[in-house]
Amino acid sequence: MTDTQELAGLLETLCPMYLLVDQNGCIQQAGPTLQKLRPELPLVGQGFLDVFELIRPRTVTTVPALMSMAGAKLHLKFHDEPRTTLKGLVAPLARSGGAVINLSFGISILDAVRDYALTSADFSGTDLAIELLYLVEAKSAAMEASRSLNLRFQGAMLAAEEQAYTDTLTGLKNRRAMDNELAHLISTRSTFALMHLDLDFFKSVNDRLGHAAGDFVLQQAARIMLEETRGEDTVARVGGDEFVIIFKDLTQGDTLESIADRLISRLTEPMMFQNQRCSISASIGTALSTQFQALKAADILHGADLALYQAKRDGRSCHRLYSTLTNARS
Amino acid sequence: MWGTYLVSHPSMEGLRRLLRFGGVNYVEFLHSLDDLADRVRLAVSDLTLPILELRELSAMEYQLCCSPGLPGFSSVMVGILRAMADDYGALVMLSHEGQQQDSDVISIMLVESAFAEGRHFDLGARNG
Repeated sequence: MTDTQELAGLLETLCPMYLLVDQNGCIQQAGPTLQKLRPELPLVGQGFLDVFELIRPRTVTTVPALMSMAGAKLHLKFHDEPRTTLKGLVAPLARSGGAVINLSFGISILDAVRDYALTSADFSGTDLAIELLYLVEAKSAAMEASRSLNLRFQGAMLAAEEQAYTDTLTGLKNRRAMDNELAHLISTRSTFALMHLDLDFFKSVNDRLGHAAGDFVLQQAARIMLEETRGEDTVARVGGDEFVIIFKDLTQGDTLESIADRLISRLTEPMMFQNQRCSISASIGTALSTQFQALKAADILHGADLALYQAKRDGRSCHRLYSTLTNARS
Repeated sequence: MWGTYLVSHPSMEGLRRLLRFGGVNYVEFLHSLDDLADRVRLAVSDLTLPILELRELSAMEYQLCCSPGLPGFSSVMVGILRAMADDYGALVMLSHEGQQQDSDVISIMLVESAFAEGRHFDLGARNG
């Protein structure tokens, strides 16, 4: 018996979740950590297969079958609640006919430390359990930090987009930028012309050749508008196929007429997208800041709009000045 | 102090717990600082902390050498050492010893390792 006691002492230090069973599968000794999992049930004296159920291999339901599993990895569960899963290894003892069965938590360790209030003293000094728990927490903390950073970046990106002054498709200014520029010009009492340009037949290009072709046409149109205007003018895309161009310090009707005609003639040239002809045109209406007393942004935009609709009514591909409309104030 | 905030502020509970994994008492915790840089890298592979080296002068006297590389790191460590002493319930005296061969040296005098109760540490508190 002293042999067994020495063995038990050794096992207690090295593997606190061991079981010593006799040839009948009856538990003779149990490691302290394993016993801690069942404080109400003294393991010594119980039959191993009465306490544990083998999950893999399923066929092992008798003690001889269990003893024959030497060296193989076992998966087992407690019969009663909490049904913690355990991994096990059987090492038969030749002399007594019994065996040492060493158990470990495996992946169930996360639940086990919580369910059984285990502490680091319950694991052998060489067990990686504590490092595993540390790693799980450290990784979760790092992941959490990264997730909250992501959320913050996403928020910042949305805010930045909301404050953006650029139309991402064409690189032109957007409606917000145009509104700002217009407000600035009005507050500084500058004189300027405001052109409202609408692409004709754009919808048919989009429908017939797809969005990629539509996007291409918008980009080409934007390029043409930039080329036909000065650096200090504001060219903005304010809707799907609607553009506003603001010409600072320019209110001569004939100059604006010729700019508009040049724009229309260039926009009317067919554009080639992947060997497909995209034909569009443009209608333009222009209003001058000098035509309004107590100028308001909405007034001049409305004036340019009216001129644009006149151009559309007159058969598209043409330019109308607000000042020439029959009902225009002058 | 930064280091104290990192360990003792409720919103930083996660970090306190990670440090508590270092050992069951303050002395074990001090020794675990040798592995801190490696532990941190295990969690966040591109986060490189200066190497820490603990020298045990006696059972009561220790020196922690902080390698160069992160300005102010030793000051943060003093705060962490102080807050973790409270956490373990140990009574310590800490002082900045200045530099030795580029390394900042912190001296730690352990007056009493179980001076107060300390805060509870439950291994399984985080999952569940």
